[in-house]
Amino acid sequence: MSTAHVLLGLLARGPRHGYDLKREHDERLPQAKPLAYGQVYSTLGRLERDGFVEQSGQDQESGPERTSYTLTELGRDRLDAWLDEVEPPAPHVTSALFNKVVVALLAADADRARLYLTAQRSAHMTRMRELTVSKTTPGTTVGDVIAADYAIGHLDADLRWLQTTLARVADLQKEVSS
Amino acid sequence: MSAPLLTATGVHKNYGNTPALRGVDFSISAGEIVAVTGPSGCGKSTLLHCLAGILPTDAGEVRYRDQDIGLWSEAARSRLRRADFGVLFQFGQLVPELTAAENVALPLLLAGSGRREAREAALGWLDKFGVADLADKRPAAMSGGQQQRCAVARALVTEPQVVFADEPTGALDQLNGEQVLGAMVQVVREQGTAVVLVTHEAAIAAYADREIVLRDGAIDPSGLGVAP
Repeated sequence: MSTAHVLLGLLARGPRHGYDLKREHDERLPQAKPLAYGQVYSTLGRLERDGFVEQSGQDQESGPERTSYTLTELGRDRLDAWLDEVEPPAPHVTSALFNKVVVALLAADADRARLYLTAQRSAHMTRMRELTVSKTTPGTTVGDVIAADYAIGHLDADLRWLQTTLARVADLQKEVSS
Repeated sequence: MSAPLLTATGVHKNYGNTPALRGVDFSISAGEIVAVTGPSGCGKSTLLHCLAGILPTDAGEVRYRDQDIGLWSEAARSRLRRADFGVLFQFGQLVPELTAAENVALPLLLAGSGRREAREAALGWLDKFGVADLADKRPAAMSGGQQQRCAVARALVTEPQVVFADEPTGALDQLNGEQVLGAMVQVVREQGTAVVLVTHEAAIAAYADREIVLRDGAIDPSGLGVAP
């Protein structure tokens, strides 16, 4: 569902065509796989069906006809709920974390991004504490210890990233809103 | 939760004109492990030294068992540190001329124990940390991990109420650090010892029951320890 949320985030800045959305998605989230046009239109179709976006006009100026889409109030609520939601602290969630920070800046502001980073850090720390308790409980098997080590190592990498990203939010905002 | 064992209220500490702590509140209960984290220079170590009564505060108070230790004489604070507190630093804390057993026995001897009794207790503590076979070796003949195990044994030998640990695994590789800390946490949990654990590493802070994050000498409620 993350691509849909990113599209909602891009539409929060104003109406866009499918083509604009693809271009902006690829530009703002360079670590993500480039979006296929087919995926943009099928995602927009689902978002429209669910009432999160609506068609707001046709533009035929240059070449083929293009439909432009606008975020609805329901879509705005859906986007806000996603930005509020902390990702489950599991290994390999980095790209979801990255997307949320960028979308928070696109759709709102630096404070929104910081609020999210803070909540995510707290969830990560809680999970890391649980894993540390489980691996240090007497009688834990070596297999369970190394499984916990694996998860802790990845959460630790996320935590370092959360910390440095917080320090860079203001600069990132300048870049994103340029 | 039980009444706090050690509390700090509005603690300020300056080094010359530079504020190191700007009104920090802190509390720890018996048997609790609290991590103090934050970036370099945030005041973590200064807070630990103030809580342990090693550094006097410039304002605010530190209370141990509900007594303001700032009002005590240096001699009384020193007795408190010997009897009720244990301290553990990053490295270089063992006396190089003494053997492992002598190093660990030292706090007991200073507290008035007999030689034989102190040595026996020291051997028991070295055994708890898996280094009993090094009892008669000097620090120079031990690895960093072995030295730190001895230092942990020495911090705990008097069965203190609170251990102040400042980056206790900072000089060790990851696996050694984890083994030393894991062993220490297991022992303090059994003994009901409170630990103030200063660290800048999240994976080390995760051994604690909770953490406070400092930024520029004050508690950072966001927990991120970074200036916006």
